[in-house]
Amino acid sequence: MSDGDGNGTGILTTEHVTKQFGGLTAVNDVSFVVPEKGIVSIIGPNGAGKTTFFNMLTGFYRPTFGRIVFDGRNITTGRPDRIMKYGMARTFQNIRLFATMSAVENVMVGQNARMRAGLFGSIIRTPGVRKEEKRVLERAHEELEYVGLRRNLHDQLAINLAYGDQRRVEIARALASDPKVLLLDEPTAGMNPQESAQLTEFMRRLRDEKGITIVLIEHDMKVVMGVSEHITVLDHGEKIAEGEPAEVRANPRVVEAYLGKQASEEG
Amino acid sequence: MTTTGAQEATKERGATARRRLGEGLPPWVERIAVPIVFFVFAALFPFLFSTGSSFIEDCTLALAYTVMALGLNIIVGMAGLLDLGYVAFFAIGAYTIGWLGSGFFSQVNNEEGWHIAVGGFAASLPGIHVNFLLVLVAAIIFTTIAGMLIGLPTLRLRGDYIAIVTLAFGEIIGRIAVNADELKLSSTPIIGGALENTFGADQRLTAGRQGITPVDKVDLPLVDPFTSLNLRQWYWLALALVALVLFVNFRLRDSRLGRAWIALREDEVAAVSMGVPAVKTKLLAYGTGAAFGGMSGAFLGSFNNTVNADQFQFYFSILILGMVILGGLGSIWGVVIGAIALTFINFWLLPDVLNDLPQKVGLDFDATQINFGIYGFLLVIMMIMRPQGLLPERRRKMELTEGAETSDETLYTARA
Repeated sequence: MSDGDGNGTGILTTEHVTKQFGGLTAVNDVSFVVPEKGIVSIIGPNGAGKTTFFNMLTGFYRPTFGRIVFDGRNITTGRPDRIMKYGMARTFQNIRLFATMSAVENVMVGQNARMRAGLFGSIIRTPGVRKEEKRVLERAHEELEYVGLRRNLHDQLAINLAYGDQRRVEIARALASDPKVLLLDEPTAGMNPQESAQLTEFMRRLRDEKGITIVLIEHDMKVVMGVSEHITVLDHGEKIAEGEPAEVRANPRVVEAYLGKQASEEG
Repeated sequence: MTTTGAQEATKERGATARRRLGEGLPPWVERIAVPIVFFVFAALFPFLFSTGSSFIEDCTLALAYTVMALGLNIIVGMAGLLDLGYVAFFAIGAYTIGWLGSGFFSQVNNEEGWHIAVGGFAASLPGIHVNFLLVLVAAIIFTTIAGMLIGLPTLRLRGDYIAIVTLAFGEIIGRIAVNADELKLSSTPIIGGALENTFGADQRLTAGRQGITPVDKVDLPLVDPFTSLNLRQWYWLALALVALVLFVNFRLRDSRLGRAWIALREDEVAAVSMGVPAVKTKLLAYGTGAAFGGMSGAFLGSFNNTVNADQFQFYFSILILGMVILGGLGSIWGVVIGAIALTFINFWLLPDVLNDLPQKVGLDFDATQINFGIYGFLLVIMMIMRPQGLLPERRRKMELTEGAETSDETLYTARA
């Protein structure tokens, strides 16, 4: 376990994870550990391989080399829907809601993996299915309220919601699956400073109230430095630094990656 | 994340959105009022006509096609998998009754035939004769399996490619139906001997273009066997099938599975990452949609009194797809309207009403000869005037008018 961690063993670990697309190495030999109930960030310039890394964690890409262990399970070759069922939920860089479903229906889909209703049960609508539907609907409303979406917007189609509200729904949808780890891919993109500050506060609440581990990809350094307990820096697919915010900020390689070589020499 | 903002503004926005949604039906209208009005009217309707009226025949066809259109709507409308080979399920359903409810396998049981729960005239005929309800169950099972088989190769594909694979599948089934009249069961490798003992040396798989005919009439418990003289019985049975299929459609749409279908249609990447198992969910869409096609196919086999390979052509898939699009992709009541409308255009308006119109204006052809030109024209007009269909699905309408976007389509395919 690397520095900056005081919460025990890692819930999510990657070992030498590498992804090659043809001749291009998008992620190269990245090992990292996410402590349980931690808030960690992955930062790096555009094209550093952060989202590719997320896509490997969630099962959309299969690593060319390396191993990913989540909650004691090897999920390196797991299917996305299975991995979600094990307790890893995510949001997307460009919000990906089901545009023509209402906010509350979106969140209901998030609970899909926790539901049992089958084809015939749904047709007959057995008492069990009925109860489950009711519970899932209530839970969806609760999650939407938890993320701060006003009740009168719950039945609006997702596409009609304001940008910030769409972000909220996307987070609520992920939360509805009872995740152990929540991966947020640039959640503050397109938000104003005030909204970003609210989101930062919200991430802490999530961890403290629900005990959810948060992995964050983020460009907004104010958010990253404010909320993270541990930061991993990727550049050209490689891990160039990691540690506590203050350490990372002082690391010349990080400054170089962000501002160029000359700047780091001058600075 | 707490929210601030004027309550008034939100109310305003909510109201506009509701007004925009106004074209979709409120839930209680859709679930209670429309069905009651529709079914009471539909059930009493045949009394306006004589028992043998050809108009009732057209109505029965319309209902049978409604069942198919509702099945295809699950695959194309709800799950968003463009299926151009739906005729395959019609064929498999029809052959189920052709094989299990006719004199086609005339040699079985020393020409005395096998009879399972059939009464009346059919019980004394050679061939295999199984009760219609059991045939219906068999047709559902066969087509569900076929639906899942056709689903398998399409699972890794998207959009246009799915269309091509399903198109090919429909054509394969159609070609088999036409050409398998040359295929002797006794020449099957390995089990040919056993088949020869059971079915005789000369038994073919299908009757090709000649058709398997006659086919057993529907024989339900507690009612007299159906006859071709009293079409009302057929009509009511078809109406009952429509009611059943509608019920299943509504139940599924508002269930975990229905939401999973729509989620997959809207954004497969997001759906999968939210825990929707893509393979299982898509196969269930194919299987359920196919089952309705098979049910209707078995009914039509009996109703038409023939299972003829010429029925299973590509145009049929397009006809059913046209019904779904005309009514409104994904909209259950819309599809019912689309199916009824297109059936009447095809089987009544063009052949019975407008057929000699071109002649009257001095042109040398019949309207039925250019029926595809007429559909094409209708669809083009439709796409320009009302692309969302006659009675659009609430969701679909928004998508077409407001341009819901899905991006980064490559993410999921890149996984392979």
